[in-house]
Amino acid sequence: MIKVENLHRHFGGFRAVDGSSLEIREGSITGLVGPNGAGKTTLFNVIAGVLPPTSGRVTMAGIDITGMPPHALFHKGLLRTFQIAHEFGSMSVRENLMMVPGGQTGEVLWNTWFGRKRIADEERVLQAKADEVLEFLTIDHLRDEKAGNLSGGQKKLLELGRTMMVDARIVFLDEVGAGVNRTLLNTIGDAIIRLNRERGYTFCMIEHDMEFIGRLCDPVIVMAEGKVLAQGTIEEIKANEQVIEAYLGTGLKNKGAA
Amino acid sequence: MCANRFWGDRDDEILNAIVVLSNYVLIPAVAYGSQLALGALGVTLIYGILRFSNFAHGDTMAFGAMATILVTWLFQSWGISLGPLPTALLAIPFGIMATAALLLTTDRLVYRFYRQKKAPPVILVIVSMGVMFVMNGLVRFIIGPNDQRFADGERFIISAREFKKMTGLSEGLAFKTTQGITIVTAIIVVMTLFWFLNRTRTGKSMRAFSDNEDLALLSGINPDRVVMVTWIIVAALAATAGALYGLDKSFKPFTYLQLLLPIFAAAVVGGLGNPVGAIAGGFVIAFSEILITYPLKRVLKYLLPENLEPSTLVQLLSTDYKFAVSFTILIIVLLFRPTGLFKGKSV
Repeated sequence: MIKVENLHRHFGGFRAVDGSSLEIREGSITGLVGPNGAGKTTLFNVIAGVLPPTSGRVTMAGIDITGMPPHALFHKGLLRTFQIAHEFGSMSVRENLMMVPGGQTGEVLWNTWFGRKRIADEERVLQAKADEVLEFLTIDHLRDEKAGNLSGGQKKLLELGRTMMVDARIVFLDEVGAGVNRTLLNTIGDAIIRLNRERGYTFCMIEHDMEFIGRLCDPVIVMAEGKVLAQGTIEEIKANEQVIEAYLGTGLKNKGAA
Repeated sequence: MCANRFWGDRDDEILNAIVVLSNYVLIPAVAYGSQLALGALGVTLIYGILRFSNFAHGDTMAFGAMATILVTWLFQSWGISLGPLPTALLAIPFGIMATAALLLTTDRLVYRFYRQKKAPPVILVIVSMGVMFVMNGLVRFIIGPNDQRFADGERFIISAREFKKMTGLSEGLAFKTTQGITIVTAIIVVMTLFWFLNRTRTGKSMRAFSDNEDLALLSGINPDRVVMVTWIIVAALAATAGALYGLDKSFKPFTYLQLLLPIFAAAVVGGLGNPVGAIAGGFVIAFSEILITYPLKRVLKYLLPENLEPSTLVQLLSTDYKFAVSFTILIIVLLFRPTGLFKGKSV
């Protein structure tokens, strides 16, 4: 589905992404792991069009999407969430969801006055959809709350909810489970699995919680120092010497040997 | 002199004091405050959505006013008039269109280049100063640097003489048509703007962009469209504010350059990026500026007993220093509340 070929992104002399090549299979939940500073988030940013690559190519279903702006990628069905949850703080939770998708009739100035009926129809559909999503995520009681007032975990759910407002093809989740308690994490995990099975979403997720990854992801890709180190099932990864050294650290390796 | 036998002398004096205060402070300050508020709204929208302080805003207002004046003259030569109302009211929509065309062209030629390069705000501020000089030159080139009068229709809603005759008070209260129009127009414009920002989808996408640009982009909101709509709305605000100011005072390109200072003070005092703040800031600046530079002797002589009557003018600052007032308030607010009276983005 997504193919990354020899991608580079440098910040001055620092090579955040240093020649990564990887492939995300359609219909998979691919995990992306690696020590801090491995270039995972930068890779996401380049794929999602937030940062232009220094060199290399990204294709989606065979089409070159390298350097496309985020809003154009959105309309191709490529969505992402943020490591630190983003929200439109001054709007209600429901309004936050209803902002998605962009490019609605009402965004054209002219239609504000001359396309009232079409906008109203659209808004009705969106509102029903937003309510459905909120129910799915079990946060429907927060519907009219200002998004800025939500807890960190609830904001993560809202991020996930945003991807459910459209028929996404692939969703990039950046540490969707970080700083979220177990119960909420399970809710998020269930939602991801359901979206994957029922709606055919492809996921690629950066995650640090190995248990969470083990439950959801196959395959798992390991990155270190801007390069892809290994790829395989969670068991294969856990057994990989190189990975243990780079990611889990030598301390754990010694403990494993002991 | 006591014209009404039911009123005592003392009551008359208090009424006279109120009338003087209304005539020289209250009404002018409300009108001036409305003009500043409309100007500050434009500045604050650009700051919130496009993320830079637009120094060219004063001259954008001058351009809007100029376009309105040219169309007004055209209408006057055709014999079109609004009766007691100034013809300029009919011309403002055309002024808005011309200003929108100017701003969109400027954006296309200048700002877009820096936006695509993701230039930091400070560079955009300097760029906007360049744009300011160009616009200023353009306006002076087209209409000349001199004073232009374009107000017609009735000059007063209530004139000082009529007021004196009506009430029998020794002080007169004049309410100019242009002041009335300024206030009414400002109310309509502000109400429309808030309806637009809070209730319409276009307005919401602008607020989304202001709240969190990255997220707006990743929600599929087209930034080019948001930028375009923002410039059009800013053009409407600037042209309206400029034309109203020109109607109320007089039109001279250079005064708009000076107007930039109190407008920025108003936007910052209210909290940059916050529309409610811009309005509040406009009135705070207008009231302080006029109250502090007005000789209060004329009010006090009615209120104080004769022996306490002030011998000086009780003018706290000469009108030459009126811009100092904006800046003093600005500095005080920035020292104690850097994000402005209403929560805006910190400067």
